[in-house]
Amino acid sequence: MLLIRCPHCAAERPEVEFVYAGEAHISRPRDPAVLTDEQWKNHLFIRSNPRGTHFERWRHIHGCGRFFNAVRDTVTDKFAMTYKAGLPRPSEAEIREARS
Amino acid sequence: MLQQYRPLDGSRIAVPDSVLGIEMADDCTRFNLRIAGTGIAPAGKVFGVTLPKVIGQTAASGDKLALCLGPDEWQLMAPLDERDRIEAAFAALYAKVPHSLVDISHREVGIVVEGSAAAVALCSACPLDLDEMPVGAATRTIFDKAQIVLIRQGRDSFRIEVWQSFADHVWGILQAAGREITLEI
Repeated sequence: MLLIRCPHCAAERPEVEFVYAGEAHISRPRDPAVLTDEQWKNHLFIRSNPRGTHFERWRHIHGCGRFFNAVRDTVTDKFAMTYKAGLPRPSEAEIREARS
Repeated sequence: MLQQYRPLDGSRIAVPDSVLGIEMADDCTRFNLRIAGTGIAPAGKVFGVTLPKVIGQTAASGDKLALCLGPDEWQLMAPLDERDRIEAAFAALYAKVPHSLVDISHREVGIVVEGSAAAVALCSACPLDLDEMPVGAATRTIFDKAQIVLIRQGRDSFRIEVWQSFADHVWGILQAAGREITLEI
């Protein structure tokens, strides 16, 4: 079982306490009415789906209940770091440091 | 008149040599409190316990207990006869300090798991690392498929707070774990 660090509880907790909640850092368009169907479709359904470092949202649903963001490698399934929602995307240097 | 149906009340699972004793806790008043940062101190004063600010910590005063479950979420536990007083006191606070106080007494039951094999019995279905859990800590977690609040009252004493509707399931698993501990499997 994976251990995931919840940035709110500040503790490593078992994976089954969490749920995955899609890609992180996707901002909703301020005025959806002015978008074309193509742009709206891209916002709703098109995700980056990278091989390697992925920024994603998780929720500690059977714990503190909060959403947070995580950096996970989609190849190795290893979490590099987690951080509170609302914080900027960590830089490559920060992720490298967290991995080492 | 509506009557509460509490089938597990008075039940007990005992393992010989007193390595494990599991019993239903006496009913108590429970509130779920959601409140923002500046309201924490006044809310604690109204309840009668200084609310802990770190997730996972508990604070007790007399027979009242406050558990910090999330960044802005607390579970307050008190004797049954304190319910009306706490409700009225928080209602008076509402004009100055907006908050949400929900009575969840009837929703949950308490199960006390005690004895030197208590952690072993809990580990049968709880993925939490209990060695890492200090005495006096409390956290929401999962027990098999049921969400519980786990409180560590002492080194060998835990209390599970679980929804009535899941209590039977949790009890069944603890019963099975108790049998395995009895037979030393």
